[in-house]
Amino acid sequence: MANTLFDKVWDSHVIEKIEDGPDVLFIDKHFIHEVTSPVAFVGLKNRGLKVMYPKRTFATADHNTPTLDQHLPIKDELSALQVKTLEKNCNEHGIDFWGLGHKKNGIVHVIGPENGITQPGLTIVCGDSHTSTHGAFGAIAFGIGTSEVEMVLACQSIMQQKPKKMRINVDGELNRHVTPKDVALFIISKLSSSGATGYFVEYSGRVFKEMSMEGRMTVCNLSIEMGARGGMIAPDNKTYEYIKGKEYAPKDQEWDKAIKYWSSLKTDEGAVFDKEYNFKGKDIEPMITYGTNPGMAIPISKSIPSSETSDSKTSYKKALDYMEFNEGDLMIGKKIDYVFLGSCTNGRIEDFRVFASLIKGKRKSDSVDAWLVPGSHKVLKSIKDEGILDILTDSGFKLREPGCSACLAMNDDKIPKGKYAVSTTNRNFEGRQGPGARTLLASPLVAAATAITGKITDPREII
Amino acid sequence: MAYDKFEILKSTAVPLNIDNVDTDQIIPARFLKATERKGFGDNLFRDWRYNSDGKAIDSFPLNNTNYKGKILIAGKNFGCGSSREHAVWAIYDYGFRVVVSSFFADIFKNNCLNIGVLPIQVSDSFLLEIFSQINKNSESLFEVNLENQEFIIKELNKKEVFKISLYKKGNMSNGYDDIDYLLNKKEDISRFANKFIF
Repeated sequence: MANTLFDKVWDSHVIEKIEDGPDVLFIDKHFIHEVTSPVAFVGLKNRGLKVMYPKRTFATADHNTPTLDQHLPIKDELSALQVKTLEKNCNEHGIDFWGLGHKKNGIVHVIGPENGITQPGLTIVCGDSHTSTHGAFGAIAFGIGTSEVEMVLACQSIMQQKPKKMRINVDGELNRHVTPKDVALFIISKLSSSGATGYFVEYSGRVFKEMSMEGRMTVCNLSIEMGARGGMIAPDNKTYEYIKGKEYAPKDQEWDKAIKYWSSLKTDEGAVFDKEYNFKGKDIEPMITYGTNPGMAIPISKSIPSSETSDSKTSYKKALDYMEFNEGDLMIGKKIDYVFLGSCTNGRIEDFRVFASLIKGKRKSDSVDAWLVPGSHKVLKSIKDEGILDILTDSGFKLREPGCSACLAMNDDKIPKGKYAVSTTNRNFEGRQGPGARTLLASPLVAAATAITGKITDPREII
Repeated sequence: MAYDKFEILKSTAVPLNIDNVDTDQIIPARFLKATERKGFGDNLFRDWRYNSDGKAIDSFPLNNTNYKGKILIAGKNFGCGSSREHAVWAIYDYGFRVVVSSFFADIFKNNCLNIGVLPIQVSDSFLLEIFSQINKNSESLFEVNLENQEFIIKELNKKEVFKISLYKKGNMSNGYDDIDYLLNKKEDISRFANKFIF
């Protein structure tokens, strides 16, 4: 029978199928962080349980941590307690913890892949919705709640209804200066922020085939923003090359065995999806959001659509009121106060290369505050090793230390009330980047162009 | 037993007629800094409930004294965004036991069922009827019958049947959770872990 990539990986991990109920799904790798794990450990303690397979769980501190002076104790008491609690829980249960200052520390979805933990064919979960990132390697990866974190710690399994299957095919070639972020925002704008709810997505077609692993991660990362549990891309030579030699990658004979298995991980000819979409790469332009969910995105050169195009006028108007934008407004030229480069969506080395390529030889606008936050210490090291830091410094930019930072504004990195931020992150929800903050999601290239001019700028105009 | 058994609930309801409510609105990230599950209800819908100096915003339904009860009626695509279970803890801690919408985000729905909040998906037209009933009379009573899988607008004597898997229904009505189930499967799980290489 012809199977999809998703079926192959899911079905091979089902321990039990409950009639009129969920599947019991075995979990290969589990990531935890300081914010969604403490209550799970309290649950374990209350039930008198131990972690079943501590070496299958990896811990990092990223969500609430400062991005300046990480060598000093965390000033915020509650954040410090969360990080300390995670460290204590990991020590008690024998889980590897990569805390602040550790050379493998960073955003959970950046460090998994860069250390070779993320591999094709695995089931990967984390108490964070952007776990979908790891699907770029042909893994089934998705975000879970804290009750499920407790299940994985206690039983290395969770109970999940098998989602429906969707394929999104983008064929042809991308226009110049259109990045993976634009591809993802384009797709979400077509499907809406709930268009893939209940589905697991496979991305296919030439555009993804030719995309770098970092780009594939950006696309899979944003799957949740159209409601999908996750997204995945069939592994290929690019995937193997990325993993090879990394610390947790299979070695020697194990590597050969792995490649053999990984090569089988693709959707068979004739396999059936519950829903399919087809787009053309040439139709995609640099994108930007104008509202308060990621589905409210348009090509950067266009004006804000009329509320008539929305099926919920009240919610649409509420969003524009929050942003203080009007229907018909052009996006280009709007004044911007902050630029944020970073997050599990666009905080990898490739994103910093792209940003640096545009700003090189130009000056940051004095009217813009720019926060540049690498996704991990490894990314930070590459930024320095590749000379990107010099380019940034010469153009008037400063670099911060790794973490989730202003993507969710749990630490001190909050965009002030009423200010506009062009952000390479994943959510433009009300208050996401700080109470009252206004977020416009875009690619690292659009962020770079905007940082130079102080207003929304089409990168194609100044490259 | 992980939470209270759910049988029949009769209650008035609180309307929140906004679409695409994300979990950052249900509980903003800056209130996720706890290491124990308590007190989240105080910050439920924090930035819609209070302005920046902490004063209650009268127009927000939770601050409207006409509206109370254990049922929250929400617009479509409720609970999208972040997977934070804290959102459901806040809803539970505030006193809600049922959330009704015409469409729920996936992870949010799972999180609800895992801690004993019943997410009820109804049709768009039935959701409109519920909102309009509360609009007419904020004291309107609603009944949730888990056994029959019915949501009833008492005054109109109108009902809609909702879906829930037999397994989850069993959990809700007995107060069990998934860990109770999985703990009985540990032998199967370890056998599976040992044979499964990748």
